[in-house]
Amino acid sequence: MLELQGVSRSVGGRVHIHPTSLTLQRGSMNVLLGPTLSGKTSLMRLMAGLDQPTTGRILWDGQDVTGRRVQDRGVAMVYQQFINYPGLSVYENIASPLRILGRPRDEIDRKVRETAEMLHLTPMLARKPLELSGGQQQRCALARALVKGAGLVLLDEPLANLDYKLREELRIEIPRIFEASGAIFVYATTEPEEALLLGGNTATLWEGRVTQFGPTPTVYRQPVDATTARVFSDPPMNFVGARKQGAAVSLGESALAAGSFADLPDGAYLAGFRANHLSLARHRPTAVEFACRLVGTEITGSETFVHVEHGADRWVGLVEGVHLLTAGQPLSVWLDPAHVYLFDASERLAAPAAYAKAA
Amino acid sequence: MEKTQNNRAWLLVLPVLVVVAFSAVIPLMTVVNYSVNDTFGNNAFFWAGLEWFDEMVHSRRLHEALGRQALFSAIILAIEVPLGIFVALNMPKKGFWSSLVLVLMALPLLIPFNVVGTIWQIFGRTDIGLLGHTLKALGLDYNYTNDPLDAWITVIVMDVWHWTSLVALLCYAGLQSIPQAYYQAARIDQASRWAVFRHIELPKMKGVLLIAVLLRFMDSFMIYTEPFVVTGGGPGNSTTFLSIDLVKMAVGQFDLGPAAAFSIMYFLVILLVSWVFYTVMTNIDRSQSDIPEAM
Repeated sequence: MLELQGVSRSVGGRVHIHPTSLTLQRGSMNVLLGPTLSGKTSLMRLMAGLDQPTTGRILWDGQDVTGRRVQDRGVAMVYQQFINYPGLSVYENIASPLRILGRPRDEIDRKVRETAEMLHLTPMLARKPLELSGGQQQRCALARALVKGAGLVLLDEPLANLDYKLREELRIEIPRIFEASGAIFVYATTEPEEALLLGGNTATLWEGRVTQFGPTPTVYRQPVDATTARVFSDPPMNFVGARKQGAAVSLGESALAAGSFADLPDGAYLAGFRANHLSLARHRPTAVEFACRLVGTEITGSETFVHVEHGADRWVGLVEGVHLLTAGQPLSVWLDPAHVYLFDASERLAAPAAYAKAA
Repeated sequence: MEKTQNNRAWLLVLPVLVVVAFSAVIPLMTVVNYSVNDTFGNNAFFWAGLEWFDEMVHSRRLHEALGRQALFSAIILAIEVPLGIFVALNMPKKGFWSSLVLVLMALPLLIPFNVVGTIWQIFGRTDIGLLGHTLKALGLDYNYTNDPLDAWITVIVMDVWHWTSLVALLCYAGLQSIPQAYYQAARIDQASRWAVFRHIELPKMKGVLLIAVLLRFMDSFMIYTEPFVVTGGGPGNSTTFLSIDLVKMAVGQFDLGPAAAFSIMYFLVILLVSWVFYTVMTNIDRSQSDIPEAM
C-alpha cells in the first residue's frame, strides 16, 4: 500500500504539485489522467523517490520512505521514450536489473524467459533494442520493469510514442500483465479513453492538483467539478449557462422540466454535457433544441465531430454516421436532459446527469 | 513507366565537375605525373616508370619516418580519446558554467597552427620560456632542442593541448543528446556509475567517437606545422614525421619524383588506416558476445 500524505513539491517558488493525499492499494491499477504539464510526471517522480517532496510524507506499507533513495525502494518505471540499454541484447536488457541485484544465474535465466514469454519477446531475445520495432522496444522496457518484481510499477505515458495500431495492441495487454504481476500499477495518460479501458482507479489532475480520485467509472460518471469533467472527456465537456427557477431549468434559449434537479435551490448554474450526447435530430421526445451555427466538421469514417457555435459558447458534438455539412450554415442540435450535469457557481458538481445516477 | 532522358541535366552538374577537377583531380594527376617521370626542370619529363615507388618502398629514411609517425599517432589517440571522453563526462551540462567551459574548450581550436607551434616553442625554452625555465629551476634536465625524448614529450603535450578539446566537444555533443530518462531509468535499476558509462553513455557516443578517432588519426598522421615550428624535425631526425620529411625531400632537395611517389603512398596509407578504423568501429557492436558477464 502506497500512501501520500499531504505531499507537495515546489521548485524555485513555482508549485509543481499542490498538497496531495492519495492511498493506492496493493495490487491496484491507478490511472493518472490529465493534460500535458498537469503534474502527472511530477507526481510519479515523487512516488518513485526520484524527487523529494517539499512537504508531506510518503508511506509504503505503513513505513515512512520519504527520504529513502530511489535505488532502495523497489520501484520500476517505464517512460514515454523507449529506454533500454542500447548496446545490450534484449535478453541482457531484461536480465540487467536481476544481475545488479546479484541473483543466481539459473534464476535470472528462468525469470528472463518467463517475462519475455509474457511480453511475446521470446523470438527477439538475441537482438539489440534498435533492431526492434517501437512496440517491441517498449515491450522490452516493460519486461525490464516487471522482471524485478517491484511492488510499485510506474508507467509514464508508455504508449504515447507508439503508432495507433501498436498502441491498441499493448493497451489490451497491459491489464493482463498487471494482473499477473500483483504490483501497484500507476499509469499516466492524457487520454480519457485509455483510463476507461484500463479501469481500476483514476486520479484526474489539473495544474498540479488532484481534482478527484476514485474508481474510474465513478469519476467518469460523477465528476466532482467542471474541471474534472473537462479533463475526463474527449473532446472536453461542453458547457452552457443555466438557471433554475421553480420547476423549470433554462439552458440558453431552451427550457426543460427540473426533473431530477427539482431539489436544487433556485439560481444560476453551469450545465455540462459530453460530446456524444449531442445529436443532430430529435431522438427523444424530451430532447431540447439549440439553434447553432456550424463551424466545421471532422469525419472519422463512422462518426462525425460537429463543431458548432452557440452564442459565445463553442461546442463539439460526436454524432454517428458521416454528415457532409457546410461550415457557416445554421444548424439545430438536440440534447437529452438526462445527459445534463449541473455545476454550481464555484463549478462544483450540483447534480450529476440522470443517466449517470442510474448507472 | 519510361524515364524521360534529359541531357540538359549534365549542364547542371557541370559547375561541380569543373570545381572538383581543378581543386582535386588535376593537382592529384600532376602528382601522379611527377611520380612516374624524372624531370630536371624546363617542363622536360623523362619516363621513369615505377622507379621512384621502388626507391621509396625500400628507403630506410621513409621507413623510419613512418615508424615515428605511427608511434606518434598511436600515442596521440591513446591519450586524447580517453582524456577527451573524461573531460566531456565532467563538463557542466547546462547553465552559465557550461557556456563558459564550451568557450574555453573551443579556444585552442581557434589558434592558427603555427601560432600554437610558436607558443610552445617559446613556452618550452629553458632561457626565457615559462615551462622550460620552471622545469630547469626544479632541477629537471629538460631541453627539447637536444634531447629527443624531451622533444617528443613537448610535441605530444602540445598536440594534446591543441586537440583534446575537439574530442571532448564531440563527445559532449553526443552526451547531451542522451535523454534524462536514461539516467533516471539507470538510477531506478541501481546501475553503477561504470554501468551507466559502459551501457548507456558509451554506446550513445559511438557515432561521434568514430568521427573523433578518424579526425584525430588523420590530423595527427598528417601533422606538420606545429612540430616543424617547435623542433624543425630535430634533434637529429627524432621528430621528423612523414610530412616534415616529405617537405624536406620535395622543397629542400627538390627530388620531385621520389617526393611525388612518397605523397601517393602517404595518401594511400592514410586512406587504408582510416578505412580499417571505420570498419572495425562500425562492426564492434556485432562482434560483441550476446551475453556478456554481469554488469
